[in-house]
Amino acid sequence: MTQVFESVLSTSFLYSVIRVATPLILASMGAVITSNAGITNIGIEGVMLVSALTGVFASAFGFGPWFGLLISIITGILCSLVIGYVSMSLKADSVLTCIAFNTMAIGGTVYFMYAVTKDKGTTLALNSGKLPSVEIPLIKDIPVLGEILSNHNVVSYIALLMIFVVYILLYKTPMGLRIRSAGKAPNALSSVGVSLLKTRYIALGISGILGGMAGAFMSMGYVTWFSKNMTAGRGFIALAADAMGNSTPVGAALSSMLFAVAEALSYALQITTISPELVQMLPYLVTILGLVIYSVKRSSSNKKKREKLANQ
Amino acid sequence: MKKMGRMSVNRFNSWFEVLRFLIAIFIAFAISFIIMSFSTASPLAAIGNLFIGPLTSVRRFSTVLEMMIPLTFAGLAVNVMFKANQFNLAAEGSLFMGALTSAILAIYMPGPPKLVIIIAIIAAGIVGSLVCAIPGALKIKWNCSEMVVSLMLNYVVLYFGTYIFNQIARDPNSAYKASYKFRTGVGLSNIIPRTRLHSGIFIMVAFVILTYIFMYKTKWGYKLRMTGSNIHFSKCAGIVVSGVIMSSQLIGGFIAGVGGSTEMLGMYTRFQWSSLPGYGFDGVILTIIARENPAFVPVAAFFVAYLRIGADYMYKQSDVAAEIVSIIEGLVIVLVAATAFLSRFRHRMTTKVSKNLLEAGGAKQ
Amino acid sequence: MSSHCKGHPHILVKDIGVKMNEKVILKVENILKVYPNGIVANRNVNFEVFEGEIHALIGENGAGKSTLMKILFGIESPEEGRIILNGEEVKIENSKKAISLGIGMVHQHFMLVDSLTIAENIALGNEPKKRGFFIDKARMIKKAEEYAKKYNFKINITDKIEDVSVGVKQKTEILKALVRDVKLLILDEPTAVLTPQETKELFAELKTLKKQGHTIIFISHKLNEIMEICDRVTIMRHGTTVETCYIKDTNPQDISNKMVGREIVLHVDKGEVKRGEVCLEADNLVYVNSIGKKMLDGVSLKLRKGEILSVAGVEGNGQAELAAVLTGMKAPISGTLKIFGQEIKTFTPATLRRNRLTYIPEDRMRNGCAAKLAIVDNLFADKIDKYLIGNIFLNRKKMRKKAEDMVKDFSIKCGSINHQVQVLSGGNIQKVVAARELTEEARIIIAEQPTRGIDAGASELIRRKIVEYRDKGAAILLISADLNEVLELSDSAIVMHNGRVNAYFKDTSKLTEEELGYYMLGVKNQSKEEVNAIL
Repeated sequence: MTQVFESVLSTSFLYSVIRVATPLILASMGAVITSNAGITNIGIEGVMLVSALTGVFASAFGFGPWFGLLISIITGILCSLVIGYVSMSLKADSVLTCIAFNTMAIGGTVYFMYAVTKDKGTTLALNSGKLPSVEIPLIKDIPVLGEILSNHNVVSYIALLMIFVVYILLYKTPMGLRIRSAGKAPNALSSVGVSLLKTRYIALGISGILGGMAGAFMSMGYVTWFSKNMTAGRGFIALAADAMGNSTPVGAALSSMLFAVAEALSYALQITTISPELVQMLPYLVTILGLVIYSVKRSSSNKKKREKLANQ
Repeated sequence: MKKMGRMSVNRFNSWFEVLRFLIAIFIAFAISFIIMSFSTASPLAAIGNLFIGPLTSVRRFSTVLEMMIPLTFAGLAVNVMFKANQFNLAAEGSLFMGALTSAILAIYMPGPPKLVIIIAIIAAGIVGSLVCAIPGALKIKWNCSEMVVSLMLNYVVLYFGTYIFNQIARDPNSAYKASYKFRTGVGLSNIIPRTRLHSGIFIMVAFVILTYIFMYKTKWGYKLRMTGSNIHFSKCAGIVVSGVIMSSQLIGGFIAGVGGSTEMLGMYTRFQWSSLPGYGFDGVILTIIARENPAFVPVAAFFVAYLRIGADYMYKQSDVAAEIVSIIEGLVIVLVAATAFLSRFRHRMTTKVSKNLLEAGGAKQ
Repeated sequence: MSSHCKGHPHILVKDIGVKMNEKVILKVENILKVYPNGIVANRNVNFEVFEGEIHALIGENGAGKSTLMKILFGIESPEEGRIILNGEEVKIENSKKAISLGIGMVHQHFMLVDSLTIAENIALGNEPKKRGFFIDKARMIKKAEEYAKKYNFKINITDKIEDVSVGVKQKTEILKALVRDVKLLILDEPTAVLTPQETKELFAELKTLKKQGHTIIFISHKLNEIMEICDRVTIMRHGTTVETCYIKDTNPQDISNKMVGREIVLHVDKGEVKRGEVCLEADNLVYVNSIGKKMLDGVSLKLRKGEILSVAGVEGNGQAELAAVLTGMKAPISGTLKIFGQEIKTFTPATLRRNRLTYIPEDRMRNGCAAKLAIVDNLFADKIDKYLIGNIFLNRKKMRKKAEDMVKDFSIKCGSINHQVQVLSGGNIQKVVAARELTEEARIIIAEQPTRGIDAGASELIRRKIVEYRDKGAAILLISADLNEVLELSDSAIVMHNGRVNAYFKDTSKLTEEELGYYMLGVKNQSKEEVNAIL
């Protein structure tokens, strides 16, 4: 047990938390934007997956990982817009659209991977490269903090930056005002001549950028290849983080971190005799518990507030 | 005259629905064909193989029927939950746990094999119910999103199930991850020699009929549809909606659990699933293709199973990855669910029909 | 209503004063609109609006007024027809185009974002920016204040919408249009949600707008308001424009006849009240809503067999919450409710309905029907247990037969009982709701705004049915914002103000609208003893 404590308290544990959290934070920021605009976007799972593959292809056959990242982002945008087109312009139920899209993403990525590499498992055969890690000048020299915070993949820093960017975008800009209106009162938006459709397309586009980056990180940062269904439900977790964080950027980021801690913990616990399955189960269980605790708190605080006011 | 007007527009609309469905399928195939033509020199041969594949041998055709069985169960399970307007995707977990439960009983439970089978199926149903009940209960009690919870729950179930499997059922002598063999005689009997088609298909037919009757002929189905259609109204009308929602999840979970059990006892002699089978999402696909009508679910399941087996054949013959079917399935879903797809055409036709009626003096207000 | 408006128009026409120059600003020609479900909402619609006038558009529900206005504001597009604005034919594809053409609209249901401030709502879509990217909050507030001042609107720009009254919300809506420099303003039933005082304020504001050169299209059901404020009126019936005329050349009876194409009975005949035992007894009910506002602050009342007790009040003073608590839709925080002397412990609609209480909810689309299911299915939602075979299977035959009877009894206009409820008009949907709730089994009927927003014919039928069931011995609680209806139907009445009952009138036959209005606004309040006379 002491071993576990040591590993949990070690800097490498916290380092790995940030690493694990990166795709979750990016994807959950995407979920925050879309849910503020009034769209439940479980398609972010498929968006990540497709972007991860196109990034690898672009990197291997194009101009390296940075080009891969760019293509991933473009793919993310395009996929999100397609989801938007079907659910909004063709008026299909958004959840169904996303489920259909995820189905196509899982099968389609394998189809194209096979068509290109004749391998249905991974793209190890391709030399797709890795996005660079960055040392942060001053911070890297601080003893403990430096080891935790420095030398991460560049996308990890972008992810942290995105929390701030999404916050500013939502609460300080005209576009944010429109996105929030699109979610809270779609009629209000159209009544002033702002196109609800356009606003939601923009929100989806932004979530596509974030999902695309998350995908690129999966296949060109976290590991250096694409493998079948490699996102493994991370898009769903991002959605859970958004729900848990009440669709605020900071709340969703913290929820993503919570999940990352649980996942990192499951790696740390693998050295013990605890069954690996139970450990792997942990992050998902934590997410459900987190959601429940959040909902219980919300309903009980509402009740308390009402009782308090009633007794005045 | 008035009645005539309504009738014509209505008849036009139902005719249009069928046409729209066929066009959707056609477009899905057309797009897939274009995609295929990029990765194979002879896309025509490939798609030809896709279509004739299941018909090339009795064995292959029976594989379609075998695959159709769990798909139908998944479709029915999701159908019952969706009809109550619950986007609970835990049918996946229910199926997995149902299969595992019946596998464990098939290994360890003493007694006559027939009895073991019956108990294993029922136990699987109950376990399946419990799995689907979790998101339902959390939704009712604290208003947690059943969709998000069920997505997470499926993974919890997978790992928890694998843990149980490792603890009590895994055969250490097996070369791969598999349980001990089921007791001899515990398994659904084969009905066509030299194929794997098993008597589970009769259980499936029974469940289709029962689900249909439940949905459209009983008071429970009535209340369920009412609740799914407008929960506020149903509550207002004195229907205990939390009870209806909960029972829809329990029933859906039960069907999924039985589906898992039927699949396990019909197709396998030991439990060897190490990942989620994916039937939860398949169930969504089927219920949509079946236009949310339980009676059409087996038809949809046959269609999907046919495609998948055909694709398998295509992969072997033409070296085109079978996963192309998921693109076809996705496209069909999207086009069928897209209410605005072809709506402009429909609107033009409706306008024409209504206007003709107006001119004929049968104005409809 | 009749006596009230008959006296006034001649005086009021003079009041309009300014002679119109009769320049046509908007002309609509031969509009045809067919909805996807095949309903012809507009056909042969023709009318003209003069610059600087207040032009009324009147018609029964389902006459096509709202559709026509949606076409003008670019929300719906017509199949055929032309719209000519300032002499030029225009195509209005969307609201943005409408606004750019100088057409603004204030919808019946406010289109505001509750969680934003008034200033933010006004600025939405037209936000002042700083540094190219961020919202300039200071400029946003300043601009909104300027406009409020210019048109003499008394509102606090930085309040959040969720905290302000209906009247202020409406002012926000009007300002939203004005800051976009609209010349033609469409108001869709603007007074439906206002107090008499707020209505007066609105009319004053509209006159100011008119003086400043704005043209207004005013949609309303209320004849007296049209007589008071408008210059001309266009009457619509069955999707077609019937006639346009000067207000000064017409009278309410005439307009109303043209609207329905037949004489409407303004009074429901009703016999003497025969009060019986107490059926429902509420004692000191307290309810706090989700944002912590005390909506019911100790409400007590007794409802007796064979009487219609009305609950009058300005919207938002607790009547909706009273209905919700009495029907079990919401549970009170304290207080007791007894039905036939039995205390109700669990507040659910199921328990109350088991005690033979039925409910016509205000929001019929949300709480009154399942729009996508068949009419026949909707008619038995609360009593399906009586239409079973072997207590499990639906007795379709019995259901169909009863449904046919109900359709006939309530003259519901439908092609077949198997059609979806959503293809019916508003009035007919409300008849479906009423047919379900007004039954022999009902001992207590809570009717909440039973005739709101439906046509005169359907209103009349529902009112007659309510009286019919009173005479059959049901106890009826009628919650209505329509003072006419309150005075016409009720035997007794209470008034709610700020979550309390502030007046009780045992006999309403001598009560006037004006008198009720004073209590509704809290200008007058009865003493505790007078109010408690109901107990």
